[in-house]
Amino acid sequence: MAGSEPSHRSLKGDLMDKKRTEKDESLFVSGHRACHGCGLALAVRHVLEATGSNVIVVSPTGCLETFSSPYGFSPWRVPWIHHVFENAPAIASGVAAALRAQGRDATRVVAIGGDGATFDIGFGSLSGMLERGDDVLYICTDNGAYMNTGGQRSGATPFCAATTTHPPGKASFGKSEKKKDLPEIVAAHGTPYVATATVAYLGDLKQKVKKAMTLHGPRYIQIDTPCPSVWNFPSHLTLEIGRLGVNSGLVPLFEMVDGKITKVKKLRTKLPVIEYLNKQKRYQHLVASDLSQETLQAIQDQADQNIAKYGLMA
Amino acid sequence: MTKIKVVEGSEAVAMAVKACRPQVVAAYPISPQTHIVEALARMAADGELKAEYVRVESEFSAASVVSGASAAGSRSYTASASQGLLLMTEVLYASAGMRLPFVITGVNRSISAPINIQVDHQDTISLRDSGVIQLYVESAQEAYDLHLAAFKIAEHPAIMLPVMVCMDGWVLTHSYEPVEFVEQEKVDNFLPPFKPENFLDVANPKSWGSYAEGDVLMEFKYAIHKAMSEGKAHIRCILAELAALTGRDYGGLVEAYRTDDADVVLVAMGSMAGTIKDAVDDLRREGKKVGLVRIRCYRPFPHEELSAALGRAKLVAVLDANVSIGSEGAVGLDIKSKLNGRPGAPMVVDFIAGLGGREVNAGAVRRIVERTERIFSSGVPISEAEWLDLNPAIVP
Amino acid sequence: MKLTPGAVVKGGTSLNYKTGSWRDQRPEIDQEACKQCGICQEVCPDDAVRQQGDHFEIDYDFCKGCGICAHECTAEAIRMKNEEK
Repeated sequence: MAGSEPSHRSLKGDLMDKKRTEKDESLFVSGHRACHGCGLALAVRHVLEATGSNVIVVSPTGCLETFSSPYGFSPWRVPWIHHVFENAPAIASGVAAALRAQGRDATRVVAIGGDGATFDIGFGSLSGMLERGDDVLYICTDNGAYMNTGGQRSGATPFCAATTTHPPGKASFGKSEKKKDLPEIVAAHGTPYVATATVAYLGDLKQKVKKAMTLHGPRYIQIDTPCPSVWNFPSHLTLEIGRLGVNSGLVPLFEMVDGKITKVKKLRTKLPVIEYLNKQKRYQHLVASDLSQETLQAIQDQADQNIAKYGLMA
Repeated sequence: MTKIKVVEGSEAVAMAVKACRPQVVAAYPISPQTHIVEALARMAADGELKAEYVRVESEFSAASVVSGASAAGSRSYTASASQGLLLMTEVLYASAGMRLPFVITGVNRSISAPINIQVDHQDTISLRDSGVIQLYVESAQEAYDLHLAAFKIAEHPAIMLPVMVCMDGWVLTHSYEPVEFVEQEKVDNFLPPFKPENFLDVANPKSWGSYAEGDVLMEFKYAIHKAMSEGKAHIRCILAELAALTGRDYGGLVEAYRTDDADVVLVAMGSMAGTIKDAVDDLRREGKKVGLVRIRCYRPFPHEELSAALGRAKLVAVLDANVSIGSEGAVGLDIKSKLNGRPGAPMVVDFIAGLGGREVNAGAVRRIVERTERIFSSGVPISEAEWLDLNPAIVP
Repeated sequence: MKLTPGAVVKGGTSLNYKTGSWRDQRPEIDQEACKQCGICQEVCPDDAVRQQGDHFEIDYDFCKGCGICAHECTAEAIRMKNEEK
């Protein structure tokens, strides 16, 4: 094995490298095919650190599924199932029902899926799971588009961001709709625990996951996971971009228990949104065009509204 | 003691499902299957059905819940019809591919548009490519019996595929028949608990739902195909075991009715076979050598039994309560392909019959036989299906 | 080797796919400058920073060279160098 060319066609699945022994391994190991600097991959590793190993994970189709499941090469050291795109919440409901029926009370169900699956195509399935009160922690890793397929627009794409299906042009400034406020929609189902987090603040992320794991019933955590490949920034800046998003007010971090905000992450210093936007090519059209001042102001207004609504100023 | 009760067909199915001790049941309503899930709901409400009863928000989720439950190692069940079955399509293909067994009742009902809620087989036939095993029943008793077998077939270690028991909507689900039930102890002996080798297990973490490249994809698909084809042997055994248990032997993968010396053999599925048998008896009394092959196991396709039953028949008339628009009925196409090139093979005429619940009565069967004989004696081969009792004057 | 039914895969097998070949630059830890804070290990999306006793090492079999560790290092002890082919 040493010195051999890596090949995804090689089916040496059951052999473990002697340098790294199983007991040292995390629950989401190396060798997955995520892009350099993928925020999503980092988030998943820490989610599992917080949940511990007594979990069954369900994922819909998406970046995570694709980079973690070439046949013969799985980084998942917990049981994991990917079924299809729309149904991770329903698959999770089925797994949870089976565990209840079998008396396997200690094993918990965690769904981890992207924004395309969660905000859009799996929205109905998510709503059903929440409404039924199924015992599933649903984690949405949000990179604001269908990144697996090159960055098409989703309901989670932020206002004015460029995507391949809503690109800027002479008659367009990118996404004209606001980002769907999924945490609020989830909370409106009476979901006992709803939180937003970011891969940029891993301690906060893990604390929220751990808190969620102490509760039963449906729980939802939405994690901002910057994507160097398609947001288009140098891969070493993933966490920095994440921090800028939070400190601009565009990515509010909060916790809601039984529908009431119980905790927010205050901004260390409030940054103008331009500090966040000008680091990512998906917003570069705002700098160039005549519309830019008006649309930049609209984005700044959104950030200010978040700050007011969630009480983000220290 | 076995009990005979006059029950609605839906109730009989619910009784069979309950007896099989599923751990997870998913329920979403659609006519004409709803009485089944409602009967199960009443049983759950009274604590008689000890399953987790999950009230889902769509059929897509119904099929998904049973898939997830199966992957986690639980025996699971759901039911649907028509539009609901089509909505499950993607899920069923994926579950067959992942070798997740569960049982689903496919209550047959026409497919929109136009919307029509009466019986035909378009819905389940549309799923015939999916890797789901399909069994078709003629009566409420057979529906009860075959649901007992369905779980055993699905969960057989060499099969491990979803099984769909197809029963005609309204005709079987909403009419009342005397049905003999099997004692719980006998069902438990026949159907032990579900213990899959692979399941979502923290003690042995595995991953389901891989991405497979072109160098292996065909082999994965062939494996499912092989599981089905080789599964025929296991299905035969299980049906024989069931027959020994119940005392009711419908004949295996097909039921051959008066085909031994038949010149003309009709082929059909589902409850219309009952009418056809009566018509066959009438024609036999008049000296015509007619028989019927009722296909019970449609996928995997039982070409061995079919060939044997067709014997030396010169003519085959297939009644397809479905149509592949632009071509012919599915069963007719299957039969023609299996007989293709065989020396002495009979001529096969495909009849599209009974769409949207249009009656196929004894008179219609007689007309089918006559029409088939006329086509044969004309010597002119036909390349289109015959649409039975069509009124061309009103076709727009 | 025979395929598995349903394409089910044993967990952890991605360790057989060495993503280190993806790199065009590699991080190097200056062990003297390193404060052993462990941030590099925490922030690696590929779990390619391993603790060896009291110090941290890059597992070059898997490191994709994204540079997050170097950027987040609190001691500025990690430098990215061009990968030599």
